[in-house]
Amino acid sequence: MKLNRRLFMGTAAATAMLAAPTVWAQGSGRPRVVVVGGGAGGATVARYLAKDSEGAIDVTLIEPTRKYYTCFFSNLALGGFWDMEDLAHSYGALASEFGVNVVHDWAVGVDRATRTVTTAMGHTFPYDRLVLSPGIDFIDGAVPGWDVTAQNKMPHAYKAGSQTELLKAQIQNMPEGGTFAMVAPPNPYRCPPGPYERVSMIAYMLREANPTAKILIADPKQTFSKQGLFEQGWNLAYPGMIERIGPDFGGENVEVNPDGMTISIDGEEQKVDVCNVIPAMQAGKIAHDAGVTDGGWAPVNAEDLSSRMDANVHILGDAAGQGDMPKSGFSANSQAKVAANAIRGALTDARVFPARFSNTCWSLIDRENGVKVGATYEATPEKIAKVDGFISQTDESPDMRAETYRESLGWYASITADMFGVQA
Amino acid sequence: MRLSPAILAALATAAASGALAAEGDAKRGEALFERCAACHQIGAGAADRSGPALNGIVGKAAAATDGFRYSTALRRLAEEGLVWNSETLDAFLADPRGYVRGTRMSFRGITEAQDRADLIAFLMAADTRDAASGFDVAPETLAIRGDAAYGEYLAGECTACHSSGGDIPRISGMDRDTIVVELHAYRAGAREHQVMQLVTARLGDEEIAALAAYFGALE
Repeated sequence: MKLNRRLFMGTAAATAMLAAPTVWAQGSGRPRVVVVGGGAGGATVARYLAKDSEGAIDVTLIEPTRKYYTCFFSNLALGGFWDMEDLAHSYGALASEFGVNVVHDWAVGVDRATRTVTTAMGHTFPYDRLVLSPGIDFIDGAVPGWDVTAQNKMPHAYKAGSQTELLKAQIQNMPEGGTFAMVAPPNPYRCPPGPYERVSMIAYMLREANPTAKILIADPKQTFSKQGLFEQGWNLAYPGMIERIGPDFGGENVEVNPDGMTISIDGEEQKVDVCNVIPAMQAGKIAHDAGVTDGGWAPVNAEDLSSRMDANVHILGDAAGQGDMPKSGFSANSQAKVAANAIRGALTDARVFPARFSNTCWSLIDRENGVKVGATYEATPEKIAKVDGFISQTDESPDMRAETYRESLGWYASITADMFGVQA
Repeated sequence: MRLSPAILAALATAAASGALAAEGDAKRGEALFERCAACHQIGAGAADRSGPALNGIVGKAAAATDGFRYSTALRRLAEEGLVWNSETLDAFLADPRGYVRGTRMSFRGITEAQDRADLIAFLMAADTRDAASGFDVAPETLAIRGDAAYGEYLAGECTACHSSGGDIPRISGMDRDTIVVELHAYRAGAREHQVMQLVTARLGDEEIAALAAYFGALE
């Protein structure tokens, strides 16, 4: 194995490697947890395991990017309310303040028999418990005419970063009175209100810069998250700009041609200026490679997010097939805390408490016009089951909507601090 | 019930210099507060705007809101021990720029003594009402000794929103009894907030005590 110091931010990892370069972290005597994916699930579980075990557990986080852009709130960058850099976070504090071995590399293989993870750089990491939090990947062929090689012509922008910037630039360069089309995804997918908040933010940008432009949504779903709130908001804020074609009118029968910049809905082809294709989704690739998926997602036991196929593997966030929770950053963060407690209980003598989950999703419809939906959940033998919930009302006062928006900013600052261990 | 120190201080102040405030009409004061509302918020969820949030202002030391940029003039008076009570607020509101020379508050003042008294009565009433501190928690419930380790686990549900401050208050280090009273107030519906009512709906008395034991012991 070749040493490459730049690969490793965690000093503990670097020291262990120098002492025993062939077998990772062997001889520490501490139980080892390897976490794959440094988003809302992975970063949170790594931080809570390291923080709460006070060094009793050796925690390694494998995440390819040094700079992580949150997918949540990336729509605000599209709308021009935030800069991309407002979405960026790094893993420095997880390594230096919490002692997580942060490894910037791709996890490419899991051997559940020998309990090891291998990476693209050729390293092998043994584990006692493995946590997979890889997020989503797209299903090939879900939208005829589109595959990942077309993502520069028709961006998905459903993993934040350069795709977000690309989509924004394309919308800014639309001709006057041009058409933006979105191919919305079928259930289940990451961030249920996400596509519709995105439409709101694009409408906001167009109302300011290109008010005669049109927005066309081809949607395979009969209904969608916060539908009443979005539709009322669109009618008030962007009258006549947004048209949604649901499945009854061919919204599920869509084909695209990225080279010709056309979209065909129910056989009717039309030219568009920008096309945002959000294909059907499944668990991130490593979950499939690990052999813990079934029908696209990785089924888990609700009480500790352990795989139904392997008690030593836990799956968090979007990739998990868990039941009633939406695939959101908030959900992943909530699941991570339950999993961290259960894993500590299994590997050390820490107390284990009953699982409890919650989620709130805020969306922005127009400037200072925020709405939210939230619920609490519990573990049942079958699934994570919803207990109770709320949703913003239509016709709320502007003051209340502004308050909800400011609350969402407070949440963003808090959840990222909770994930990365840094105050914004 | 037991009251938090801040509320006790406010009540003591009110009692001591209460003649003016006692005659104030809080309801009228609420209407008068419209003139302040362009810059100041008060009540549940109030945040700093161009002026600081005014929750608990009566009985509070001047220039004491963390993170707010006060004028040098007000900070100097605060160092000299200025506390906002009915008397000092009355003088300040009569002539802001005369009372705090160099204040950033661009407000000419309120000439009518009765208007000032009404406004101060509202500031006091709004505080006790919206801080939910008027909520009655039985002494035996307040006396429950919380399991801090359980509280630390339960706190995972709080930290997703309450880790950073800003428009969502920080709860680390908040007074233990205040946490208990506020959570009970949300659970009973005496204090309104969709997320807080949802989350507290499934907290038992033991769990509220556990959360208070954990957060109350933090810095």
